[in-house]
Amino acid sequence: MSVLTFTLIVFFGACCAGLVGALTGLGGGVIIIPLLMYLGVDFRYAIGTGLIAVIATSSGSAAAYVREGVTNMRIGMFLEIATTIGAVIGALMVTLQIIPTTVVAVIFGLILIFTAINSFLKKTELVVEKSSPLAEKLKLHGTYPTPAGKIAYGVKNVVGGFFMMMLAGVLSGLLGIGSGAMKVIAMDNIMHIPFKVSTTTSNFMIGVTAAAGAFIYLERGYIDPRLCLPVVVGVLLGAISGAKILLKTNTRNLRTVFAVIILLVAVNMIYRGFTGKI
Amino acid sequence: MTLRDKDIQTIIGKVLRSGVCLSLSVVFIGGVVYIARHGGEKSAVIGKKFTEENRNILQILHDTFVGIARGKGLSIIELGVLLLIATPLARVIFSLLAFAAEKDRTYVLITSLVLMIILFSMFSGFGG
Repeated sequence: MSVLTFTLIVFFGACCAGLVGALTGLGGGVIIIPLLMYLGVDFRYAIGTGLIAVIATSSGSAAAYVREGVTNMRIGMFLEIATTIGAVIGALMVTLQIIPTTVVAVIFGLILIFTAINSFLKKTELVVEKSSPLAEKLKLHGTYPTPAGKIAYGVKNVVGGFFMMMLAGVLSGLLGIGSGAMKVIAMDNIMHIPFKVSTTTSNFMIGVTAAAGAFIYLERGYIDPRLCLPVVVGVLLGAISGAKILLKTNTRNLRTVFAVIILLVAVNMIYRGFTGKI
Repeated sequence: MTLRDKDIQTIIGKVLRSGVCLSLSVVFIGGVVYIARHGGEKSAVIGKKFTEENRNILQILHDTFVGIARGKGLSIIELGVLLLIATPLARVIFSLLAFAAEKDRTYVLITSLVLMIILFSMFSGFGG
């Protein structure tokens, strides 16, 4: 395959990843990594490229959300302590070869299954008005704008949320993904933060988390500019157009189709991991 | 939310947006140069066995600029990628300045900690 053909194929794939990611919130990394692998790219280069795709989408969409005033920057900043430590640990586990690539592939498959199932679960919002003492001390409470006016919310279980975030960071550094699903769970279910705030704040943190891992991957040679070219341009263009379509469409069917695809990829990844064909 | 926090949000939104736009443009320019020169060659990344490197961040920057001076498209793309990774880092630095201007000591401390972790990942002996 020529350089031009390869670049164009990955470019279109990355466009789709960015588009679907923006429409379903399921993230670009989980699509880019299997796509590159199926094209014959080494899994380790795929992970490195995945992290770059994640930084691109997160920074691009966070720019829009932050200005709307929904993102809680204090929650984001505080939890980034956990996610960046986690990401460094995760990236080191791969680059120092503490965890073999085959095991990473199996974990990747399991996380994909988890992500797909999670996108179907109906979630109930647990909102508290009064913050716990530690959250009070850290000034994590806030308000978010709605058509009916500003709504105030409090935050609970800071310590539990912090450790869940560290796990999300480890997975991000280990697998080259944003692990947005894990981050939202820590914020919704454990810390009782409203959906709107948790989704945008999670997205806000993903870039910094991925960057913490990316420096280590970069220095160890996992990030190849020949792969970054189509991925960065494609994912960003896809995400920008996705954000524009988002307001007009119902994403339920798309989400279902996409979850099924993810499940198939997951099974294949786990199989490859166990048979060592990675 | 105070007016101050609102200002911080506007600034941070701008930092993120300019970082992404800048890196996207640089990657694109590098891509045009690279494809124009090597588009017809056989792709070397398909089936390429992973080879570990060990360069620290300063070496990477040095190599990148040397490559750009020689007009290498891949080095221009690499610069764009570096700008992209640096964008969240710039966001953390701006947050630190903003919290300092607000005299919010707790968050100056928290943000410095995050910055130190990222700098650790950048300069640790693990890579290089």
